[in-house]
Amino acid sequence: MRSPAFFLVSFAVGLVVFVLARMLDNDYLFFAGYTVLQYIVLATGWNILGGYTGYVNFGSAAFFALGAYSTVVLHKAFPMPIPVLMLVGGIVSGLVGFGMGYLTLRLRGAFFSIATLALAVVLQTLIVNWDFVGGSRGAYIIRPHHLEIFDYEIGYIQYLFFTMMVLAVLSLTVARMVERSRLGYGFATIRDDEVAAEACGVPTLKLKLIATTLCGALMGMAGAPFPYYIGYLQPSSAFGLEYAVNAIAMPMIGGATSWVGPLIGAVLLGTLQQVATVTISSAVNLLIVGLLLTGFVIIAPNGILGLFHKYFRGKTDFVGRRRIDRIGP
Amino acid sequence: MGITAELFINALIAGILLGGFYAAVTVGISISFGILDIVNIAHPAFIILGSYIAYIMNVTFGIDPIVASIVVLPAFYALGAAVYELYYQSFEKHGQEALRGLAFFFGLLFITEVLLILVFGVDYRYVNSAYTDHTLHFDAFDIPLRMLIPCIVALLMVGLLLIYLARTFIGRAIMAVSQDQLALQLMGVNPVSIKRIAFGISIASASIAGALLIVIQPVEPSVGREYIGRIFAICVLGGLQSLPGMVIAAMLLGIVESITATFYGPSWAPAVSFGLLLLTLAFRPAGLLGR
Amino acid sequence: MSALLNVAGVGKQFGGFIALEGIDLTVAQGERVGLIGPNGSGKSTLVNCICGTLHNEKGTVHFNGQTVDGLAAHERTHRGIARSFQLPRPFVTMSVADNLRVPLLYTVHTRSGRHLTVEEADARCHELADLVGLGDKCNKSPKDLTQIEMRKLELARAMATDPKLLIADESMAGLSDSEVGEIVNMLIKLNESGITIIMIEHIMRAVMSFSQRLVVLDSGKKIADGKPDEVIRNPEVERAYLGQ
Repeated sequence: MRSPAFFLVSFAVGLVVFVLARMLDNDYLFFAGYTVLQYIVLATGWNILGGYTGYVNFGSAAFFALGAYSTVVLHKAFPMPIPVLMLVGGIVSGLVGFGMGYLTLRLRGAFFSIATLALAVVLQTLIVNWDFVGGSRGAYIIRPHHLEIFDYEIGYIQYLFFTMMVLAVLSLTVARMVERSRLGYGFATIRDDEVAAEACGVPTLKLKLIATTLCGALMGMAGAPFPYYIGYLQPSSAFGLEYAVNAIAMPMIGGATSWVGPLIGAVLLGTLQQVATVTISSAVNLLIVGLLLTGFVIIAPNGILGLFHKYFRGKTDFVGRRRIDRIGP
Repeated sequence: MGITAELFINALIAGILLGGFYAAVTVGISISFGILDIVNIAHPAFIILGSYIAYIMNVTFGIDPIVASIVVLPAFYALGAAVYELYYQSFEKHGQEALRGLAFFFGLLFITEVLLILVFGVDYRYVNSAYTDHTLHFDAFDIPLRMLIPCIVALLMVGLLLIYLARTFIGRAIMAVSQDQLALQLMGVNPVSIKRIAFGISIASASIAGALLIVIQPVEPSVGREYIGRIFAICVLGGLQSLPGMVIAAMLLGIVESITATFYGPSWAPAVSFGLLLLTLAFRPAGLLGR
Repeated sequence: MSALLNVAGVGKQFGGFIALEGIDLTVAQGERVGLIGPNGSGKSTLVNCICGTLHNEKGTVHFNGQTVDGLAAHERTHRGIARSFQLPRPFVTMSVADNLRVPLLYTVHTRSGRHLTVEEADARCHELADLVGLGDKCNKSPKDLTQIEMRKLELARAMATDPKLLIADESMAGLSDSEVGEIVNMLIKLNESGITIIMIEHIMRAVMSFSQRLVVLDSGKKIADGKPDEVIRNPEVERAYLGQ
């Protein structure tokens, strides 16, 4: 299936979910669904860098928060519609991702990972000390109750859900497109062996920069509507540990070599956490994610997708013909 | 002497004391990351674990936290050896440490922190000992024992490790393990068991570092995260494999942080270390003393 | 014959250790050159400096009449310098055919100025696999290959970049006598099709039967360069190999 067709089909699936949720008319469903969709975007963004090229980004929370705080800044200056905010958040986080990559990607992979850990704390310190966006006290963003589109009233949370759904479909399409292109081949060679990749003519630094930029941009876009969703944005919630750990755990549990993995991981873990937060404490909830992550990386190297391949197709590895739809632009 | 100069010298002294403590916190990562090439980002979690164990022993038995941390050294060593074994069997053996190994340590970091939150909550815990409330005064300069004793213990520990690594057979084998595994095998030494010993030592150091931490400041489970950037900044700045370089880098960071906190406010202190780390990675990845 | 590769005064240091010093080396278009030297003599470092995996601090490398100093490894590959690695470095998560497709996607199209079609790339992958006798292993994982098959994949992947110069870095270590013969024949056939080849090798029988010219390195310096049978009798070369 070509990418535009894939986008339309996924969008149709998303639309069906949206309509069904509207028929149930339960705002909680939208609140919970929004979080799951947001995790699909985060996990997919993480996976383009981590799963495809093998560079681990521990700073997902930082990129997410950058998107969220871009919105806060804009909200104070001149309020804009959510899609524009997403675009701005994406550009800001994408640029920071590019900068991080440019500074550290010439070095060994571990340095990049450590630097992303550091980035989260530096940014949090900056935000805590920046009074314009509320500093450590946080910032209130008054969310409109509803939106009117052509005399048609729609609850604001439904609107947020809808935009995040479009973003999720978009990021899955991008991830799938990357995976099946020349770029995806290049990314995989970087994951396997960078020196050999260079010898084959793969411009590894350029490709890694593309991956960090894409990763940062998607995470920033996921964070942009967050202030409207949460209503009151504190540094500790924007830089929440759950984003950093889920962004890694979801692709690793779902299967990091394909766009399907983060989707599976995000839907399963995201839903599980929504249920667990209601029934048990959020700390236990995070503990489960941590244990699942550690357990999966030890026992199931290629996540749920890997298990699936092993049991249903008798393959232990993902080796086989890579799909490539089209070479070149 | 002006008030600023006095402030400055006090900040300098506090920085040096803090730097000594930072050396204790970093020495474990110098061994695991610098020498063994294992990116143990969970190290700070083990340090916080050390703080809580010192706290429990202090509160229940009234033992001095530093003494307590020395008592539990064998347990930490065993924990470290066990973690290495799991890491080796699951990742290193298959050459998969890059992506999955990192995710594994991230998971450990996370699990430890959340478990501590579940057991102890997010309240700050502190310890009592004979020296916590004493301060030495010299003219206008203050040296709190709460800072001085950890600094001395830290430097002692790093000094002992330095001698161990330079003078003993196993110590030298540890220094060689990352560079020349073949030579080790020819000498009849199994690189894996050397790495296990070294990783055990690295985690054991976290026990003492944890006790020093809780002597210096009250501790809650997420404090560890502040130390991730700090210890890696020091380790990289010091040149990865060099313990003396690491101590110099630790002192430097301690001084810069202390001066920043004095003149610009403590909320800026974390950014200093991380900023330094980013700058080091960008411009001087071989470290201060590196080529 | 014009010079394809011109290495002039190349020097490389690792900390205090001088790995290469004042290396001059000219390789003519179409030539077959053997590069030998004891372990640690700087052979692989020289290869890495030519291919751009390492960057030399001193001297210059000219290729095809232009300097390649400061170019990244992939740019040198685009210019026509290909290499195989001493220890095979296949892309382990990709099949044999996909391994061969990488240079087609990233190097060949750059040079020809247009992207290959999916079908063209496919056909070329199989052609290359057939050339080295891996035709029936296209869908296998590199992990399932034998030593010699791994070496062949390594050479085929280098060939896939459609190079002017191929540097084969110890592509025969650990192979049996008949397998060595097989690889030497393959390299000679490639040379006959117009590719200049530098062979780095420990197996003297292979080097002697392959090379038109022999270059010897010892402790980072070039100590001999000339006709193979003359070079091999050079007292300095004997000393380097046998010790003093």
